[in-house]
Amino acid sequence: MEVPAAWVRTSAEDGRLIVSVGGAWTVRQAAEIDRSLRDIAPDGARGAVFDLSQLTGFDTAGAWLLRRTLSDLQGRGIATEMRGLAQSYMPLLRVVETAEKETKEHPPLIPNYWVAMVERVGRATLEFGSEARALLAFYGMTIFAYLAVLRRPRALRMVSLVNQIEQSGLNAIPIVCLLSFLIGIVIAYVGADQLRRFGAEIFTVNLLGVIMMREIGVLLAAIMIAGRSGSAYTAQIGTMQVNEENDAMRTLGLDPMDVLVLPRINGLLISLPILAFLSDFAGLLGGAVMATGVLDVTFVQFVQQLKTVLTVDHFLVGMVKAPVFAFIIAIVGCYEGLRVSGSAESVGRMTTKSVVTSIFLVIIADAIFSIIFSAMGV
Amino acid sequence: MEEDDIVIRVRGLRTQFGAQVVHDGLDLDVYRGEVLGVVGGSGTGKSVLLRAIVGLVRPAAGRIELFGVDPASLSPSELPALRVRYGVLFQDGALFSSLTVVENIQVAMREYLDLPQQLMNQLAALKVAMVGLPADAGAKFPAELSGGMRKRAGLARALALDPEILFLDEPTAGLDPIGAAAFDQLIRDLQQSLGLTVFMVTHDLDSLAAICDRIAVLVDKRVKTGTMADHLRDDHPWIRAYFHGPRARVAIATNQASG
Repeated sequence: MEVPAAWVRTSAEDGRLIVSVGGAWTVRQAAEIDRSLRDIAPDGARGAVFDLSQLTGFDTAGAWLLRRTLSDLQGRGIATEMRGLAQSYMPLLRVVETAEKETKEHPPLIPNYWVAMVERVGRATLEFGSEARALLAFYGMTIFAYLAVLRRPRALRMVSLVNQIEQSGLNAIPIVCLLSFLIGIVIAYVGADQLRRFGAEIFTVNLLGVIMMREIGVLLAAIMIAGRSGSAYTAQIGTMQVNEENDAMRTLGLDPMDVLVLPRINGLLISLPILAFLSDFAGLLGGAVMATGVLDVTFVQFVQQLKTVLTVDHFLVGMVKAPVFAFIIAIVGCYEGLRVSGSAESVGRMTTKSVVTSIFLVIIADAIFSIIFSAMGV
Repeated sequence: MEEDDIVIRVRGLRTQFGAQVVHDGLDLDVYRGEVLGVVGGSGTGKSVLLRAIVGLVRPAAGRIELFGVDPASLSPSELPALRVRYGVLFQDGALFSSLTVVENIQVAMREYLDLPQQLMNQLAALKVAMVGLPADAGAKFPAELSGGMRKRAGLARALALDPEILFLDEPTAGLDPIGAAAFDQLIRDLQQSLGLTVFMVTHDLDSLAAICDRIAVLVDKRVKTGTMADHLRDDHPWIRAYFHGPRARVAIATNQASG
C-alpha cells in the first residue's frame, strides 16, 4: 500500500513559532514524526501555533505525538495554539487527551535492572522454600488419606487402580525394556574396551551384572516413568483443575485425594517394581548379546560368570529402591497437578516442573540409598 | 450508499466442514463507520462468518472483499498491508499468555513498523488508558487479569495499529450486566471517536439495541440485514421468536427509554 508521507515545517512570525504539519499522521509514520517533532527548537519564542489544516490522515498515534509536543512546550512556559484541525478529527483528539491525562497521573513503574535481578533471586529462593514445605505437607496429607482408607477399604478404588497399572505399568514395558537393553549393550561395550587392557575382559560380566542390578535397572525405569507417567499425572489432574472438575468433585462429596491421587500412587507402587525387574533383565540380556558377539564369551559362560558375582543382595538393593522412587514420582506428579491454577499455560509449566522435580528427587534418594547401603556393608 | 463506503463485501459465500454446510449463497455488505451486529441461533455459524472474513476459515465458494480487495488474490507480501487495516477481538481476549499486556499490544507494532522502543511504550500506555484499564495493568500477564480486563486488554491489542475495521466475537459474553453495559459504551465511544467500522458477533440483546446501527440475522444459511425496526416487522419464525421474545422486548424498551 502506498503510504503518503508526513511532514513538519517550522517558521517564525513576529516572535511566535509557526509549526505547520501535513500528510498522514498515522502510526506508520510515527517514528518519522517523532523525530521531526523532537527537532523543534522554540529559541525563545513567546508562543507556538500549530497549523493542522493540511493533515490528510490522523490516528491515535498522530494525536498522541501532537499532544505530547504541546504539553512539552507548555511545560517550558510557551503558550500553544492549534488551528485548522478538521472537525472530524476533534473526537479522536479528545479521547487521546483524556487517556494521556490518565497515563500522566499514573506513570508506569519501570524497575531498575539490577534491583529486578536481586528481586528475582529472592523470590526464587523463597519459592523454593515454600515449595519444599508444601510438598512435605502434601506428603502428610497422603499419609492421612492412607490411614483413612484403612478404616474404610471401599475408598480404595480397584477399577481406577487397575486402569492406572495398565497405563503406567503395562504400556511402559516395551519402552523401558528397550532402553535398558540398549544401555546394557553400551555398558558391556565400554567396559570390555577398558578391561581388555588388563586382559580381564571376562570381568565385564561382573561390572554389567552389579551395576545393572544395583543401580541402572531401577534408575532407568524410574526416570522413564517420571517422564512418561509423572508428567501425565500432572497434565491430567492439572487439566481437571483448570476445568474446575476437581472442585465439582468436592461438591459431589468426593475427595480428589481418594479418587485421583491414591490410585495413581498405588498403581505406580505396583508397576515400578515390576518394571525395574524387567529392566534389570533386559539390561543383562543386552550385555549378553554384546558379550557373545564381541567378547568371544558363550552365553553359558556369561551366565556362569554372572552366577559367581551376583548374590540376592545385589538384586534386593536394586529392588528396594523401586517403591520409594514410585512414591516420589507419583506424589510429585499429583501434587504439581493439583497446584495448577488459572490458565492452560500453567498446566504446561507445572508439567515441566513435575518432571524436573521428580527426577531430581529420585536421584537424591538414590544417593541417600548408596550411603545407607555402604554403611550397612551390602 | 456509495460504492467506496462498502468496506466488507461478501458475495455467494459458502462454507462447509465435511458434509456440513454452514453458509450457502450468503451476501453481506458492511458500510464504513457503522456498527453491525451479527446474531443467530447456536450453530448457525456467526463466528464462522467472522473467521471467514478475517481469513481464518477458507470458504468453499464465493468472494470476500475487504476495502474492495479479495485477500485470497493477494500475494503473501501484499497481505500485511491489508492485515493492519483490521483488528480482531476474540472471545476471551486471546492474549498471548507469555507476554504482558503492554507486550501484547506491541506485537503488531514490532512486526509491521519500525518504531523506537520508547515511543512504542508510550503508545501502548495510551492504548491501555483508552480502553479504560488502570495503568498498572500494562505490566501484568493475562493470567493475572479478570475476564473483563482481559477483554479490554484484547481490545487494546486489536486497536494497536489504529485499524479501520474492528471485529468483535461476543464482546460481552461472560461479563456481568454492569461490565457488559460499560463495555458496550466503550465500544461505541471508541467507534465514534476513532471512526471505526465495527463487525460484532453477539448474543447480547442489550448490545444489539444499544449500539448497533444495523443487525444481520443468520437464518437458513444466509443473512437478513436490516435495522432493529426492520427485523421487528419480519415474519420469519426464528426472527420473530428472537426479536419478540420477552428478553428482546425488555432490551428494546430499555433502550428506547434511555435514548
